[in-house]
Amino acid sequence: MRNDEKPAIVVGAGPAGLCAAIELKKAGAPVVLMDENAKPGGQLFKQIHKFFGSQEHKAGIRGFDIGKELLAESLRLGIDVRLKTEVVGIELGLKVWAVEDRTKSYTLDAGKLILATGATENALSFPGWTLPGVMTAGCAQTLINVHRVLPGKRILMVGSGNVGVIVAYQLMQAGAQVAAVIEALPRLGGYGVHTAKVRRAGVPFYCSTTIIRAEGAESVERAVIASIDAKFQPIPGTEQILDVDTICLAVGLTPSIELSCLAECKQIYIPELGGNMPAHDEYMRSSNQSVYVVGDIAGVEEASTAMEEGRLAGIHAAWAMGYMDDQTMKIKTDETRGRLQALRQGIFGQKRFAAKERILAMRKDA
Amino acid sequence: MSNNEALKTTGAPSLEELLAVGQLASEEEMEGRGCLCIECIEEIPCNPCQTSCPQGAITVGFPITNLPVIDRSKCTVCGLCIPACPGQAITIKSVKNDKARIRFPWEYLPFPSVGDSVRMVDRLGQELCDGRIVSITNPERNNKTAVITAEFPRKFVQDAISIARSHTDV
Amino acid sequence: MSADKIPDSRIARHAVLGDLPVQKDVTIYFEGKPLKAREGEPIMAALVAAGVTVFRYTKKGSPRRMFCGIGRCTDCVMTVDGVPGVRTCVTEVRQGMRVERQQGVGSWSVQAEAGHAQ
Repeated sequence: MRNDEKPAIVVGAGPAGLCAAIELKKAGAPVVLMDENAKPGGQLFKQIHKFFGSQEHKAGIRGFDIGKELLAESLRLGIDVRLKTEVVGIELGLKVWAVEDRTKSYTLDAGKLILATGATENALSFPGWTLPGVMTAGCAQTLINVHRVLPGKRILMVGSGNVGVIVAYQLMQAGAQVAAVIEALPRLGGYGVHTAKVRRAGVPFYCSTTIIRAEGAESVERAVIASIDAKFQPIPGTEQILDVDTICLAVGLTPSIELSCLAECKQIYIPELGGNMPAHDEYMRSSNQSVYVVGDIAGVEEASTAMEEGRLAGIHAAWAMGYMDDQTMKIKTDETRGRLQALRQGIFGQKRFAAKERILAMRKDA
Repeated sequence: MSNNEALKTTGAPSLEELLAVGQLASEEEMEGRGCLCIECIEEIPCNPCQTSCPQGAITVGFPITNLPVIDRSKCTVCGLCIPACPGQAITIKSVKNDKARIRFPWEYLPFPSVGDSVRMVDRLGQELCDGRIVSITNPERNNKTAVITAEFPRKFVQDAISIARSHTDV
Repeated sequence: MSADKIPDSRIARHAVLGDLPVQKDVTIYFEGKPLKAREGEPIMAALVAAGVTVFRYTKKGSPRRMFCGIGRCTDCVMTVDGVPGVRTCVTEVRQGMRVERQQGVGSWSVQAEAGHAQ
């Protein structure tokens, strides 16, 4: 490493960012990994279920154990991890403006910039949605699995995608009861094996159903749900009152694109992957050749795909900075793409694969 | 492939949906030492069942979204695949005279104890009949997924999938 | 106030995560009342464990608690050591910390303005 050289700066120390930083450091490139939180790992440490995939994707290993492995590797490699460090600005020319511990402000020039800022859970507004007791599914998951506190005892889960169904299961593991999982669409969204294990625990699933309102004086005391028609309109007379103290919303995520906008990355709209997001090429490069986007910011998928995207960007950035020869870059890239490809098949993966292909096509047009 | 109507509306596969993909074991297959039952009827990217099997009795192959196929001539019903399955979709069922047994994964507290009376449940979580806990194992390699064996009347063997979760206030 | 009616909701035992690790206690003061928290946890967790259901009131008087739990939405903000608008989901407890419900956007106390860094 040359003393005057600008490091690769990775923003976000979740699964994607950690993997990008690890690939860069392994290749010998200078890298700085920044995260606003006090602890690295992003949302991995609240994932206490065994992951899908195959051995090379760490299948069967629980999310938080994967997080521990990645942290151990980053420590072993001696990556410069800067926690409690918020990136609040990016100037063209790749000057990164960071604020450490809310008190110390500084700028750092980046050789390459890798944005792994993740996604934000969507809200859903209905009468009573601001009442204490209404929260995102991820919020409940953080409370039970990271902080070990139960936000409530009887839960209504809104949304049957994998997040909703997995968090419903984990709430039961934490000692809560789940009154129901409701889904606006006529069919459940999550993996059948997930819904099956929640159903056999006695949790009913209601499709074509929405929440009408949350009721309670100072916090949730009940939820009113109702069936909806093909136009998503509530059907009069189908209202049902559920006796719950907590309503969890698992209604999708939106990529956290703010920094990519500051870096003037071209944004595109891909509803299947969460809405607006920076376009990227097959190396995860945005329209700004020095800026890579990986993980949920580049289209909401899963931790397993996020890790592979992070590796792809880390490998390419290391090569672009002169720390990897052409052949090694090609071999490592092909291996990583193979693993990514394996995760984007089947009835669930194909939709994401098709959406990702559209991103590549739109990036070429950019 | 069918559209798995029951799975995608109730959350659980129906017997017909399992049968349609060859995943409903017959009572003949369950006689004696029992047989492996995998209920994994959707193409999801996952193959730890295959890699966990020391006998090579489960094949997913490539792509890893293929549904698992069991070679019963190789399967020794060792049960290593039960905790390995991230979807908790694997059980071992056996029948003998008028009794049936099921070995299934379990990740809730409190754990039952051997000899406990429990309520068996079907795939929809409805209570079927009384059962009794025969064994419970949770070695290190299970990575926190316990494997429980329960015994119950044979006539419920196709519908039984697990035991009722006892609700305790934390 | 409806706060404090839910009993202690710490998850002491867990099939996957094991027993709650032993952690040093710190005392924080919620609305002037002492409350035990676990060192290193965010204020939000300590309040949820203590059964606090309302974290703040809006200008129009409607109650709020946490929503996203990871520092994005600012629903859980409270007045901490005299500083209003502190995100309790990403701010760690500290011995002697004073945590108060704020009304609307809250107001700064004199001491806080004089020398608080947060």
